[in-house]
Amino acid sequence: MAEMKAIRVAYGEALAQLGHEDPRIVALDADLAHATMSATFAAEFPKRFFNAGIAEANMVDMAAGLASMGYIPFASTFAVFAGRAFEQIRNGVAYPHLNVKFGMTHAGITLGEDGGSHQAVEDMALMRALPGMTILVPCDARETFRAVRAAARIDGPVFLRLARLPSPVFEEESPFEVGKANLLREGRDAAIITCGIMVATCLEAARLLAARGLQVRVVNMHTVKPIDEDMILDSVKNCGCVITVEEHSVIGGLGDAVGDVLLRICAPAAFRKIGVQDRFGQSGKPEDVLHEYGLTAPDIAGSVEQFVRGAK
Amino acid sequence: MTVSELKAKCVGLRCDIINMTAKAASGHPGGSLSAVEMLAALYYTQMRVDPARPNWPERDRFVLSKGHAAPAYYAVLADKGFFPRRELAGFRQIHSILQGHPDSKKCPGVDASTGSLGQGLSIAVGMALGAKLSGNGVQVYALCGDGELQEGLVWEASMAAAHYKLDNLTVLIDHNGLQIDGANSQVMSLGDLPGKLLSFGYDLAEVSDGNDIEQVMAALRRPGAPGKPRALLCRTVKGKGVSFMENEVGWHGKAPSEAERKAAVAELEGSNNG
Repeated sequence: MAEMKAIRVAYGEALAQLGHEDPRIVALDADLAHATMSATFAAEFPKRFFNAGIAEANMVDMAAGLASMGYIPFASTFAVFAGRAFEQIRNGVAYPHLNVKFGMTHAGITLGEDGGSHQAVEDMALMRALPGMTILVPCDARETFRAVRAAARIDGPVFLRLARLPSPVFEEESPFEVGKANLLREGRDAAIITCGIMVATCLEAARLLAARGLQVRVVNMHTVKPIDEDMILDSVKNCGCVITVEEHSVIGGLGDAVGDVLLRICAPAAFRKIGVQDRFGQSGKPEDVLHEYGLTAPDIAGSVEQFVRGAK
Repeated sequence: MTVSELKAKCVGLRCDIINMTAKAASGHPGGSLSAVEMLAALYYTQMRVDPARPNWPERDRFVLSKGHAAPAYYAVLADKGFFPRRELAGFRQIHSILQGHPDSKKCPGVDASTGSLGQGLSIAVGMALGAKLSGNGVQVYALCGDGELQEGLVWEASMAAAHYKLDNLTVLIDHNGLQIDGANSQVMSLGDLPGKLLSFGYDLAEVSDGNDIEQVMAALRRPGAPGKPRALLCRTVKGKGVSFMENEVGWHGKAPSEAERKAAVAELEGSNNG
């Protein structure tokens, strides 16, 4: 059994580690430091941590001001509030291409019990539309360390989409190169392209499918923007059938990013988007909510099998 | 620079505002004209800047939170030598460094991209936090409109400025009483503005005539209270200096015609000579 660790916990630790290496790293939060885990950084660097209070818009623009003074601010809150501060992210940070990093936690429906009001299913759609925004969605605690360090090295705004739940730590071998997806499992019958904590779920779905005679490739598309076109095209060439899986709305997220590449390049592929189908989330135990939205490993395996057998 | 030289500068800046908006056939003359003395006092008498080194890390920072007053800002920056005066003719035209609202990526001397009201003060708070953290003695100035104070973000930023004891931050408020849809009092009353500013923790100076550059200079030079952000509430006249624009809300975002441009410039130049 793999070690379990929440991505947000790794985020806080990675931030603190980075703080020791680079004095330009500062952190901001909006009264959720003990939930986003930016508190781990705050405990080690109290002078370099700024709580904005419950004022997300102000946090974002303060981060913009700090970035313009040469600092590398990491601003954290729940991903759903990226929508609340969207115009500050747009005009305060993205328009002047400032070096602000957003560590947005509690993303997606696996937030669970707090319900639909707090489950961000549209954050990637908002962020993808901003020129120059990089979107990173690490799949486990280990990859989160790599993603945070990569974010700090990028000159410009970065949106880190981070999950709340403890999830399996499994990524050992793969390098983390921004914009370059990792092929975690090979298969010729279909390719699942996914990101975040859905990667582990899709690997499990692929194991279930193997037992039913379907060999499915699994791609960890940890960078949703800029997206790895080569990996998408390679998946079309080798598998013919492409399925995206995301803990986000199928409108504007990973699925649309992949679909956009398929359309633009006119790649002939059977294509399906698995994710939140134009609905809001709801309260429940994360596993129950995932099942309601068809995003557990057996649900995904069932959808993929039906689609692949129908397409072939 | 003597006071009479500064006053002459202000007339020149006003002519630039009229000429720029007329040439662009768009832009915001009213709120640009009301802000002239505040910008002139800052850039000619107060701020530590070097036009030859627009990215000098130790420079004082300025954020034009009411970004639509860009014509006044650009006129000052050009006069200071941040970019050639000929750029003023390109205001609002395609490929110009002088965008409709200030763009820090395009225009030398612009410290923050603004135009979306309410955000500038918050950015300035972040700058002041950074300056404190660096201990570099940098002063940060932000210029807000009065209608802009209806944005909740201004008060979030004000709370943070007091909380973090940002005595290196000065907020100037261009209180001309008018906004696009009419008088502040009709659109959304600002209520007891001095009382609000004081209760949010500002070291407040009220400037009874913010179009009198000596009054603005005196307020800027006054030593601030340790541990408190400063606010200068400057009562001004929208469209100041051009009689047919003064206190006329219709000149918020309307460019003068060629005939109006000539009349305005003639009046301004006459006031300079008289």
